[in-house]
Amino acid sequence: MRRYILRRLLQFVPSLLLITFIVFALMHAVPGDPARMMLGAGESLDEAQLASIRREYSLDKPLPVQYVLWLGRAVSGDLGRSTTTQRKVADEIGLRAVVTFELGLFAWLISAAISIPAGIASAVYRGRAPDIVGTALAVGAVAMPGFWFGIMLILLFGVRLGWLPTQGYIAIATDPLDALRHMLLPALALGITSAALVMRQMRSALLEVLALDYIRTARAKGLAQRAVVLGHALRNAMLPVITVMGLEIGRIFAGAVVIETLFGIPGMGRLMVQAVFQRDFTVVQGGVLVMAIAVLAVNFVTDLLYAVLDPRIRYDA
Amino acid sequence: MPSADTFLGQLLRSPRALFGLAVLAVVVLCAIFADALMPYDTEEMDFDRLLEATSAAHLLGTDQLGRDTLSRLILGSQVAMQVSCGAVGIGVAIGIPLGLVSAMRGGWIDDIIMRVMDAIVVFPSLLVAVALAAALGNSLGTVILAIGIANVPWLARITRGQALSLRELDFVAAAEVAGTTRLRVMQRHILPNSLAPLIVQTTLGMGYAVLTEAALGFIGVGVQPPTPTWGTMLQQAFPLLERQPMLSIVPGVAIFILVLAFNLLGDALRDLLDPRLRGLASARAAT
Repeated sequence: MRRYILRRLLQFVPSLLLITFIVFALMHAVPGDPARMMLGAGESLDEAQLASIRREYSLDKPLPVQYVLWLGRAVSGDLGRSTTTQRKVADEIGLRAVVTFELGLFAWLISAAISIPAGIASAVYRGRAPDIVGTALAVGAVAMPGFWFGIMLILLFGVRLGWLPTQGYIAIATDPLDALRHMLLPALALGITSAALVMRQMRSALLEVLALDYIRTARAKGLAQRAVVLGHALRNAMLPVITVMGLEIGRIFAGAVVIETLFGIPGMGRLMVQAVFQRDFTVVQGGVLVMAIAVLAVNFVTDLLYAVLDPRIRYDA
Repeated sequence: MPSADTFLGQLLRSPRALFGLAVLAVVVLCAIFADALMPYDTEEMDFDRLLEATSAAHLLGTDQLGRDTLSRLILGSQVAMQVSCGAVGIGVAIGIPLGLVSAMRGGWIDDIIMRVMDAIVVFPSLLVAVALAAALGNSLGTVILAIGIANVPWLARITRGQALSLRELDFVAAAEVAGTTRLRVMQRHILPNSLAPLIVQTTLGMGYAVLTEAALGFIGVGVQPPTPTWGTMLQQAFPLLERQPMLSIVPGVAIFILVLAFNLLGDALRDLLDPRLRGLASARAAT
């Protein structure tokens, strides 16, 4: 087991390096002078100023050297400064990441709270009304843009019924109840696609397990349906579901870019979208880097968790 | 591939495939014959009829400038088709050759290609699009490129997996023993027999591309006005949600129906093509 973890960790490092390289390359794919870009739009382009920026960010050095220097700074937490606000990108992202994390976690929990019971019901009542309705809803939810579902939620609960706020963000520490009220619609919009995908996975995994011999044995023993499903089948069926739920975290992070814009939530996604409009490339670069690393780390942990939970995994493979 | 007529016959007997193909036919026809089908010019403003709901003159209503929603929806189908075909096209053009090379060459080439694919998978297409929009500016080309890049690793992985299992089969080994060149083995034997899962994946990928384009259009990072796209229509409609909800409902329903069509067609294709794949797996176990 320890060797398996070590192996995975060794694979993690090159992936991490590759990701940083892709992000770095992206910045240098930009046509034009990177020094001018760092000055930001509409600023005076004084040659001495440009030269000092080139020195400060080593833009006068060969690209591989620049990459190593940039990586070194990134590792020590220096992602440069925003060209519009001049604030440190790492600080800015740190502030915003907390908001995105809160939203993402809430969306993920809602998605789990909907999908797991729905998937179980769908498998247990296979071919009957709950299954048909649940599966149809899931197929529909996957085909629907999450943000459009959000717009429809705003229309129903905000505009028509006036039950819930549809814009803004309240920190959970300030007023937990109000924070949850503000978070409910965005988290639902963000989690709906994942809920549908996890539900389908839950359904098929449980159906597969329910067809196995040990379940027939449990039933033959006279165990009640509830005990068979929850006590015996669910444990084994959860394995592939956990993998999908882990991978869905990546989708949720990416989806936050749109959902935060829709609901006016000051998270990382909104920061990046605003930065695109202001041509603030350092912020976009830092945001993409942090999000990609987060997704990679989550996938890595999901992999490990799966190995820990499934004794059939060959650790030496 | 199963023989053409039985395959098509079976496909047309599946209600899901039928729905998918019918919707796709309508959208493709709308995109091709947009000019003839649009009841109004997309920029024509009718100031007597601002933010109208359905009426005989404007079946799907009008926007804040009195522009006809149905006409804009029809023209928007062009971008939807361009993005889905273009993005999947990039994925196919880069991903399939990479997957084939990876499987056939093996060794360190395989390692490097697959590690790079693993790294690209970590970047969701939405994120790539945001980054590319910052670097290259917002345009149709940027959107297609970003979604296309995100498609590459999936297609490369599937192609590689198929090629690796096919390579073990007798008929491929026979071709190799007979002195057929590697390129020819790929062309004649590996690629045609790998098509089934690739067709399924590209169909699903097209639906996903439509969803991503809509999201990008909505946050304003996608195709720029005046070209109407379903995503930008939603963006412009959102501030007017209280005054005219129709404007926000119509493009969303259009996106939903098109993506549903791609997904159901993909599911039907998978069901139809899968038995052959299972046969393949058992044939492999027997050798």
